[in-house]
Amino acid sequence: MWVALSYACWGISIVLALWMLYDWFKVDTNYSEDVLTSSREGELEAASEKHRI
Amino acid sequence: MTVALENTTTTIHGDRVSLLRVLGPAHVWALGVGIVLVGEFTGWNFSADKGGALAALIVCWIVGLLYTSVAMIDSEVTSTVAAAGGQYAQAKHIVGPLMAFNVALFLVFAYTMLEVSDAILLGDTIVAKAGVEGLTHNSFIAATIVVLAWLNYRGVLMTLNVNFVITAIAYVSIVILFFSVSPWTQGAVLKLNELVTPGNALPYGWIGVIAAFQFGIWYYLGIEGTTQAAEEVRSPARSLPYGTMAGMITLLIAAAMTWYVCASLMPWEYLGITYYPLWDAGKLTGSPLLENLLFVATLLAALASANGCINDAARAWFSLGRDRYLPSWFSAVHPKYRTPYRSILFLLPIALAFAFIADLNQAITFSILSGVLQYTFMSINIMMFRKKWPLGSIRRGYTHPFHPLPAIVLFCLCVVTFFAIFLGFGSQLIAMTIFYFLISVWFHFYRYKFVRRGDQFTMPWPKPQGY
Repeated sequence: MWVALSYACWGISIVLALWMLYDWFKVDTNYSEDVLTSSREGELEAASEKHRI
Repeated sequence: MTVALENTTTTIHGDRVSLLRVLGPAHVWALGVGIVLVGEFTGWNFSADKGGALAALIVCWIVGLLYTSVAMIDSEVTSTVAAAGGQYAQAKHIVGPLMAFNVALFLVFAYTMLEVSDAILLGDTIVAKAGVEGLTHNSFIAATIVVLAWLNYRGVLMTLNVNFVITAIAYVSIVILFFSVSPWTQGAVLKLNELVTPGNALPYGWIGVIAAFQFGIWYYLGIEGTTQAAEEVRSPARSLPYGTMAGMITLLIAAAMTWYVCASLMPWEYLGITYYPLWDAGKLTGSPLLENLLFVATLLAALASANGCINDAARAWFSLGRDRYLPSWFSAVHPKYRTPYRSILFLLPIALAFAFIADLNQAITFSILSGVLQYTFMSINIMMFRKKWPLGSIRRGYTHPFHPLPAIVLFCLCVVTFFAIFLGFGSQLIAMTIFYFLISVWFHFYRYKFVRRGDQFTMPWPKPQGY
């Protein structure tokens, strides 16, 4: 049973790793770099914080 | 083909793809306690080898004080600087870019090496349980790291929902073990008065207590990881202090119960060398149910810790990319899952490589050293924060009491811990110091010219006092 579980672990690892690589490729080809790297730190804070104590 | 933003089904606020604000205090608790709880299942007990069973208890409380200071200081600063990267974002705004770069590296190394240690522990635990000749831990290590990376890739909400459930099960198993051994009756199952006597309580004297600090921090190592969720919690000013403090209280209770049960069932000579103190405690009760429960709980604790570490290391790496401290390629956010997917994928093979080539002791030491460097920074950081932006000058979600006492206590205890690490792993400590010095030189003279200097300071604060 443990040996079978060990093989199953290898199988799951390979399948999921390949899925992530496929999704990575799909996203990078479907979206522009500007969109993907458009996140900015502190956006919410800039909009909501007034700092009037 | 490039798809215009308007044509996607992804919820994107404004014209940007950002991390998703979906987490609450329970997720913050799950992240912090999830990372730490594995330390009760293995790690803390090596302090008994350094100084005896009583030393393990003394460091449990003193290091508890260190981490309570960490939690209080972190809660105040993070409830104000609510950004992914946690202590990195704090350092950037309060101390400066070079400190921030170093702190981010401390974070990435501490969490990645802890993830590696968790995966090795999980693999070794399964191999020990199986007892099958020729069975190695490699497949279990690979599955742990890849499956958890996939979970992190697919979204932070599910990742931390899973962490909440498995952390809660592991925690409840400690409580069940504690009440199953009749802790109110010495002699029935527990034999603390026979195993810890005035003659053997501190076999190496007080220097043993100092040496025990090195592994004592395993009771709580990683609770500061809650701050990495800052950009993904719905209400950072409320959720982060609440989740972090609740996590710290939970861990103090778990640490006390763990020490009491284990020190009452095993002689310190064995307790100090076993890799599975709680699983062994389950075995020693003679109950197959408890033995199996603690075996499963050990696996779940290792999984929860590795899961939280992947989450935190990826966010620290992502933040470095976003500020161009590293190539901005790393700052990509997945438009559907809203996770820092490139950072997760980049760190995945690194974790796998270390897990296959490093041994558990090396990985743990690297993680501890990076963690203590980070705590030392935090004590200096809070002093500068209060000086530059005194109470009343900016809005704080939480204000920690007794300042500057927690910062002083934290700094002093970090110095003691460095001394303890030097006693056990002096060469690694020196090697790491040289590494951080060289990487700082590289950052200052080469990498910093790529940073957009005005863009990196994002908090809408007034000018600091004295500037």
